Amino acid sequence: MRRPLRLRTVLLHGAAVLLAAALAHPAPAAETAEPVAQSWSFSGPFGGLDLAAAQRGFQIYKEICSNCHSMNQLYYRNLSGIGLSEDQIKAIAASFTVPKGVDDQGQPVEGPALPSSHFHAPFPNPEAARAANNGALPPDLSVIVKAREGGPDYIYGILTGYADPPPDMKMGDGMMYNKQYPGNQIAMPQPLQDGSVTYTDGTPNTLSQEAHDVVTFLTFAANPEMIERKRMGVRIVLFLVMMTGVTYVVKRKIWADLH
Amino acid sequence: MADTAATTANTAHETGAGVPKRDFMKLLAGAGAAVGLGAIAWPLIDSMNPAQDVLAMSSTEVDLKPIVAGQAITVLWRGKPIFVRHRTAAEIKEAADVNVSELRDPQTDAARVQKGHDTWLVVVGICTHLGCVPLGNKPTDPRGEYGGWYCPCHGSQYDTSGRIRKGPAPLNLAVPDYAFENDTKIKIG
Amino acid sequence: MVGLHKSEFANPVVNWIDQRLPLFSMMKNEYSSFPTPKNFNYFWNFGALAMINLMIMVATGVFLAMHYTPNTAMAFDSVERIMRDVNYGWLLRYVHMNGASMFFIVVYIHIFRGLYYGSYKNPRELLWMLGVVILLLMMATAFMGYVLPWGQMSYWGATVITNLFSAFPVVGESIVTWLWGGFSVDNATLNRFFSLHYLLPFVIIAVVFLHVIALHITGSNNPLGIEPKGPQDTIPFHPYYTIKDSVGMCVYLTVFAILVFFAPNFLGHPDNYIPANPLATPADVVPEWYFLPYYAILRSVPNKLIGVLMLFGSIGVMFILPWLDTSPVRSARFRPIYRQLIWVFVIDCLVLGYVGAKPPQGSILLIGRVATAYYFLHYLVILPLLGKLERPLPLPESISQPVTRGGGPLPAGAAATPMEKV
Repeated sequence: MRRPLRLRTVLLHGAAVLLAAALAHPAPAAETAEPVAQSWSFSGPFGGLDLAAAQRGFQIYKEICSNCHSMNQLYYRNLSGIGLSEDQIKAIAASFTVPKGVDDQGQPVEGPALPSSHFHAPFPNPEAARAANNGALPPDLSVIVKAREGGPDYIYGILTGYADPPPDMKMGDGMMYNKQYPGNQIAMPQPLQDGSVTYTDGTPNTLSQEAHDVVTFLTFAANPEMIERKRMGVRIVLFLVMMTGVTYVVKRKIWADLH
Repeated sequence: MADTAATTANTAHETGAGVPKRDFMKLLAGAGAAVGLGAIAWPLIDSMNPAQDVLAMSSTEVDLKPIVAGQAITVLWRGKPIFVRHRTAAEIKEAADVNVSELRDPQTDAARVQKGHDTWLVVVGICTHLGCVPLGNKPTDPRGEYGGWYCPCHGSQYDTSGRIRKGPAPLNLAVPDYAFENDTKIKIG
Repeated sequence: MVGLHKSEFANPVVNWIDQRLPLFSMMKNEYSSFPTPKNFNYFWNFGALAMINLMIMVATGVFLAMHYTPNTAMAFDSVERIMRDVNYGWLLRYVHMNGASMFFIVVYIHIFRGLYYGSYKNPRELLWMLGVVILLLMMATAFMGYVLPWGQMSYWGATVITNLFSAFPVVGESIVTWLWGGFSVDNATLNRFFSLHYLLPFVIIAVVFLHVIALHITGSNNPLGIEPKGPQDTIPFHPYYTIKDSVGMCVYLTVFAILVFFAPNFLGHPDNYIPANPLATPADVVPEWYFLPYYAILRSVPNKLIGVLMLFGSIGVMFILPWLDTSPVRSARFRPIYRQLIWVFVIDCLVLGYVGAKPPQGSILLIGRVATAYYFLHYLVILPLLGKLERPLPLPESISQPVTRGGGPLPAGAAATPMEKV
């Protein structure tokens, strides 16, 4: 019995050291702040969507972000998901002019967008977008919340993370300092300030409120299925937990005549 | 031997008390499995129904100005050909004068056009027999004995109101939902 | 009636079919009345769970393929369209996506079960090797499936992994060009990956079929690792194990559902929601979590060719495992040293997984090398030697009488009576 016991001690120590070494390894020197967790209406398994905030967020996208950023995966009809009525959506769509194929002579025609139209894009192609933005390509925002580590908190961190660069930092040409952005140098000028938009519902238009609202809208845009998904999930998980209990009882019954 | 007898007695005793509950739980498990299978099957089946973007693209607008009397055009709506025909006075009269009771699929001409716009006939250009596209829109096409459309697949013939008059097709050419936006523009769907 | 199968089914229709095509007899013999050791624990659920997982993947995959477009210009958008416009498309895609992770969780536990209880030993060598083939096919399928959404990780993962083959001298470059169907990962690559991603699961089904045939020839192993001595040691598969598997299935589906409905992107990489861009590599290219240990092995060696060979070798050693382990005793329960070393091996694999997720620098690189060395040490040195050196504990005489020595034999009736206590 002695030998295995000693061996076991040695092995367990070895494994512990290996594991500890692996876990204790410092992460690569953090250049940027970890996103600070904000309080979101959509957090957690029961989290819904603050429709008013999402609508205000769409207003910010429409008035500010959409000057540079496309949302190519979205259609105007998707706005029913943030609680806009069909007439409101029609009116919003009609205020944009979008390509409508070609006429009988083969010339491209344009016309007012319909609810079934894609969101109007600020630039016809990535090259034009770069040319207008100092060589930097403004990313499409359709799934931006899912496409960044840290999700909503990160986007919020970017929007509220602008500051004066530290005196010893050498900034690239036309670059802005941002506490959240990896490397701290971002090509996007600060998009939101206090009072950037005027809310019609009396919500204070502070920077943090605006950032919060637009991130709520972007979260909806990236996860339009979220509300349905969570509602279904709660039901299905409850059902499965119940079924686990039922099958376990039946299993106990069936196995009772063995042993 | 005695052991076996005792065991049997025990089992019998136990089942006597346990039967209702066990059966109920088994039933519940079976019902749960059936519900679960249904719940798994439905999303798979429903995913083959038209998607949201397909449903959203279900209307199309047609400019009527360029279509002269006697001419017809074909436009695509929901992946199907739609015939839009500018009828002459003679064609309208011909369609209206038909004795409705003699038709295979009785329908008056007035019921197939919109009030005040009876120069315009809008029908789905799909033969009600087996789904071919009838001829009759191009000037060189045969229009059949009744001056409407002629289906090359099995010889069905439609009149100037798009009603079936001869051949194997059972029904008139369908009239889609459409509305006049103004006198020279219609919106289908 | 010469040439007809003798059927025992009373129902005339069933009997008629069964005489000509003995499907019902087969199902009855192989599933219903199939004699199975009576002492399985819940680890024995995972084979059935893997089967269910495979069926879920095929079902969701077939329906996803009805909406997906394998073209570099449209693949990303077509996946987003599935997520947004197709009825329940988001559900199908999230189930398929997380189903891959669930499949590997289930199969890794299934493999651990085999390692712990010595299920690969005589006479189950071929059964085990077929299982390794299934694992390889799963890895290929999962890798190619990950390319299909054509996100940044899809593209760069495909680039890095296909480039592995360039390590082979002389023919390497030609192999890679052939795999790509061009001079980089591009539309031709995406198209063939889609085709193969659709094909391979059906190959997996065929190998699973062979795996099950082999299993039904040798019979199942069990936690004691000793063969059943007679009917008193076995019970019919149905209803005892069908119901036990059902319990496991409900727990498994619960975990699966929590993942799909509440954290669908938890196991994925955010960069795969950025459309593929051949001009910009993401900050660090990492594979899906289930490939991380292999990835760590690959990167632990500074030489490209040796790294690739070790990557393949890490699966290769599993093929010869039945002959590497020299111990005649199957179950780790009766192998006091192996019982501890197997956990060290598990920890080693977890460490490799951790290392695979981190940039290969500094102490991470060192830990990766130690863990890689230990991985091969376990298979190639420890297992062959341990079988010779270890003194196994006394084996029970049969499954029905697990305690023979030490505790003293139980009176004959004792084993039968405790059922009164429910």
